[in-house]
Amino acid sequence: MEQILNLVTENFNFIFLLILMIILGFEVISRVPAVLHTPLMSGANAIHGVVIIGAIIVMGQAESDNYLALILGFLAVILGTLNVVGGFVVTDRMLEMFKKRKKN
Amino acid sequence: MNSGLLSLSYLIGSVSFIIGLKMLSHPDTARKGNLYAAIGMTLAILATIFLYTKDGVGLGNHLWIFGGLIIGSIVGTFAAKKVQMTAMPQMVSLFNGMGGACAAIISIVEFKHLIHTGADITSQPVMTATILLGLVIGTVSFTGSMIAFGKLNGNINDKTLPMQQVVNIGLLILILVMLVGMVTGFISGEPMTMMYVLLIISSLYGILFVMPIGGADMPVVISLLNSFTGVAAAFGGFLYDNSVMLTGGILVGSAGTVLTVLMCKAMNRSLTNVIVGSFGGNKTGAGAAGVTGNYKEISVTDTAVLMMYSKKVIIVPGYGLAVAQAQHTCHELEKVLDQNGVEVKYAIHPVAGRMPGHMNVLLAEADVSYDKLLDMDEINPEFAHTDVVLVLGANDVVNPAAKTDPASPIYGMPILDVESAAHVIVNKRSMKPGYAGIENGLFFQPKTSMLFGDAKDALTKLVAEIKSMA
Repeated sequence: MEQILNLVTENFNFIFLLILMIILGFEVISRVPAVLHTPLMSGANAIHGVVIIGAIIVMGQAESDNYLALILGFLAVILGTLNVVGGFVVTDRMLEMFKKRKKN
Repeated sequence: MNSGLLSLSYLIGSVSFIIGLKMLSHPDTARKGNLYAAIGMTLAILATIFLYTKDGVGLGNHLWIFGGLIIGSIVGTFAAKKVQMTAMPQMVSLFNGMGGACAAIISIVEFKHLIHTGADITSQPVMTATILLGLVIGTVSFTGSMIAFGKLNGNINDKTLPMQQVVNIGLLILILVMLVGMVTGFISGEPMTMMYVLLIISSLYGILFVMPIGGADMPVVISLLNSFTGVAAAFGGFLYDNSVMLTGGILVGSAGTVLTVLMCKAMNRSLTNVIVGSFGGNKTGAGAAGVTGNYKEISVTDTAVLMMYSKKVIIVPGYGLAVAQAQHTCHELEKVLDQNGVEVKYAIHPVAGRMPGHMNVLLAEADVSYDKLLDMDEINPEFAHTDVVLVLGANDVVNPAAKTDPASPIYGMPILDVESAAHVIVNKRSMKPGYAGIENGLFFQPKTSMLFGDAKDALTKLVAEIKSMA
């Protein structure tokens, strides 16, 4: 029991953020018209590309003789960037059409 | 100073994700929301490169980092700009897989690093668990997304192994046991080897998890894998104590789950049903009782005449239209009919096509006016005073079995009431059943005529025919 409480105290900020973000995620999406499901999924897809930051940290901390970390880090940065850039651009392309439609 | 600036950038980044996501859920603000999130992301990335420090040491290898960023940006932009509107779903899946792979790689490097520091992994259970969970979820998301991509692209067919569910559950249990075993030290062994074994099992699970799921359910699966990647990103955030990764990851994990459930609801199915039941699998014949008989074909000329002398025509677009890239020709037909005094509207079923909203996006691309696209609830009462309904490559969304046959796998799904119109013309390539794998009684009804052929082909001929008559 005490161990669990210690774990909670140690990671209090994290747990706090976790719960708030879960509730926020539910609230933000709760009433979305079906038309927007695809772009919304695509937009959320781009946002989780934030994992790229982890890749940058891995890359930036790799010692210059640690080839495995360098190569894997480099690969991770490329993959993460694909996720972010591709995700946002595809979403924008989908939404561009919604805008055009409104003008007509 | 620097660390303050970094925190501020992360705060702005996190808020931009929340606001961006909120704005993405309204048609008017969606595009701006996407832009805000992108700006926040750029800020967070740049801040990390230049301001991040650990134990007073900043990040090095800037050349490598920028090299990766530039390559990724060029390829990503190119791919996203080049892709056909019809191939959007698989593109999203592909990008999602990249994010999952990124998370998995981070975990591999960090695990190696943890071992390298010489510490016994069981002495740092929270750290080990975080790394391994990121690895498992990221990997499942990666391999699963690749299979989803292959399926939507038509490279991979639906396959169900014998005892598939048992195998899947077995693999899942194996993953959990290994996770717990490694963290608690219950399983002893060379840590790196065990990590690679875990990696392989997770890859396999991702593949087998998506493999048997039918093509029509793919959007739901992609949405689910999307939230997986969000969770994997959140584990990365916890690992680096990085607030913006945490916010972005958890937000997508949670919002993605809600979106998945919403998509299931639009199809009137439960998530378990999607994952366990094989909608598009081998249930052919279920509920097909009494759905046989003769169908009649109609020629292009007859179709043209019928439409020309109608007052009101409703077009029901489906996946066949998307596959044939017929949206522009479809718009042309609408214009020609309109010029001849025929009222034309489109009936959009919430799950027509491969993704919710797929048809809206496609038709909008072809400049079809917004007010001509009607939702199911708006259009259903109008079918009764419609002369001709033209069904373009849609099938399950107009199958009356959803209303009349409790044994049918799609029973209960709301459908378009095309039956109440005077004439129904169905354009399909063949009599093959749709994604649900069930026969459609509509095709055998006396008021229905079949216009066989590729949607674009048939529409082009139809437009030419009507023009020659006018």
